[in-house]
Amino acid sequence: MSSVGATHKAIVFVSWIGATVIDTVTKFVEQTGKLMIFFNESVRLIFAKPSRFGEVIKHMEFIGNQSVWIISLTGVFTGLALSFQIYLGFKMFNAVNMVGPVVALGITRELGPVLTGLIVAARAGGAMAARLGTMRVNEQIDALDVMGVNTKQYLISPRLLAAFICMPLLTAVFDFVAMIGSWFLCVKLVQLDEAVFWQKISDLIEVKHINEGLFKGAVFGLFFALICTYRGFNTTGGAKGVGDATNQGVVQSMVAIIILDYFLTNLIRVYYNLAGIS
Amino acid sequence: MSGNGENAVVMRDVKKSFDGNDFILKGIDLKIPKGSLTAIIGFSGTGKSVMLKHLLGLYKPTSGTVEVLGTDLSTLNEDELTKLRQRFGVLFQSAALFDDMTVLENVCFPLIEHRRELKESQVLRIAEEKLQQVGLDPKHYKKLPSQISGGMQKRTGLARALALDPEILIYDEPTTGLDPILTEMVDNLILSTHKMREGNTTSIMVSHDLSAAFRIADHIAMLDSGRVLLFGTPEDFFNTDIELVKRFVNKGMKHQ
Repeated sequence: MSSVGATHKAIVFVSWIGATVIDTVTKFVEQTGKLMIFFNESVRLIFAKPSRFGEVIKHMEFIGNQSVWIISLTGVFTGLALSFQIYLGFKMFNAVNMVGPVVALGITRELGPVLTGLIVAARAGGAMAARLGTMRVNEQIDALDVMGVNTKQYLISPRLLAAFICMPLLTAVFDFVAMIGSWFLCVKLVQLDEAVFWQKISDLIEVKHINEGLFKGAVFGLFFALICTYRGFNTTGGAKGVGDATNQGVVQSMVAIIILDYFLTNLIRVYYNLAGIS
Repeated sequence: MSGNGENAVVMRDVKKSFDGNDFILKGIDLKIPKGSLTAIIGFSGTGKSVMLKHLLGLYKPTSGTVEVLGTDLSTLNEDELTKLRQRFGVLFQSAALFDDMTVLENVCFPLIEHRRELKESQVLRIAEEKLQQVGLDPKHYKKLPSQISGGMQKRTGLARALALDPEILIYDEPTTGLDPILTEMVDNLILSTHKMREGNTTSIMVSHDLSAAFRIADHIAMLDSGRVLLFGTPEDFFNTDIELVKRFVNKGMKHQ
């Protein structure tokens, strides 16, 4: 009797696991499909008439201009902290002259775009999701719809384009101020030779390393704007719905940026190999 | 006002289900005459808002047809629907004003979107004219929606709905949540706006406010369980033998 009961419990447990997995996968596929349709429509509408140039500029000001201060602040401290850690490590091997180029490689290729992506996704992405979510629950999006305004073209496409344009620029700002931080630590605080610091950087860093980071930044911008606008645009319910949309938008954007970074790094390697770039 | 023989809206056996099983609309048959002021009333959850969204083309019926201004909505693609919607004006329950725009900018918005041939000065003149029509004091024009009262927001919403001189004006629960004085003001505004447009506009009002419906509407449609229980003049409603309508009317009028 007891073995029959245990078998029954095991079957129920396995069935539950199976159902949960199928449900999760189904939902994931469904959501991804909807997100792709949303993306496709919104990108197509970037080039549709009437032109939304004014809206693009407005969102660029918000995403780009208003993020410069926070990006600079985090950039300079990232440069300082990373340089200090690498300095402590390299000091053990008597390789402190390599601190500058190693920090520069890490910043331009990885930390610059990733940290910029995370910060701007939290600041601007969260605001996008909350704004669109509030417009949805307050019937403002319905009002646009019945006014004969294409809501995706008016609300989504300009935000995607603005994030796509601004993110490489913000990444460049992050890279620049992080290297200023690195210079300050290496040259002013731990008294490394300034000429050697810059010489080693210019010997090892190439334009392609910077471009790699800027490209990643653009892709991250497109992704966080897509996820956050999708969440905000499809908000249901009242204030709770807006909170959920904002939360999901920011969290999913951040996770997507981290995962995407790995795949983009590999993709860029494949491209370099195919193009014969060492 | 009505009675020119034409209908602004024709719904034929419209059924709607979101999940394929449970039908919110179970076969709506309704003809709204052009130039009339029609109120749609009914208990909560009878499908009034869903029906309204079908008129606006925001929902597609599971079966049946919706004709608006002589066009079957099911035959239209998204662009054509967008064009048709320019002939609608909608006053939402919450007024749905754009909160980052001033009162004047809200009214200018549909004109900027759809009357691109107009100069800025012409847009401003039309917007101010519409705001005057709904009786909003010019000192509020530069204020944001959050800086004006609920009544003023309704007036602004109505001015925005009137901006493109719509052929169909839809009021979605325009007085819900308002105090009695404001309710009367909005009802009078709806009536005066309708009269002012001299039969050129068909007004459709979804409302819980029975006294207003009987006072200002030419026709009333009562919905129950996803169907039109009765469509007629206010007199038809007072003289009906349908028990549910009698109960609804008696209770509703007592509470007003």
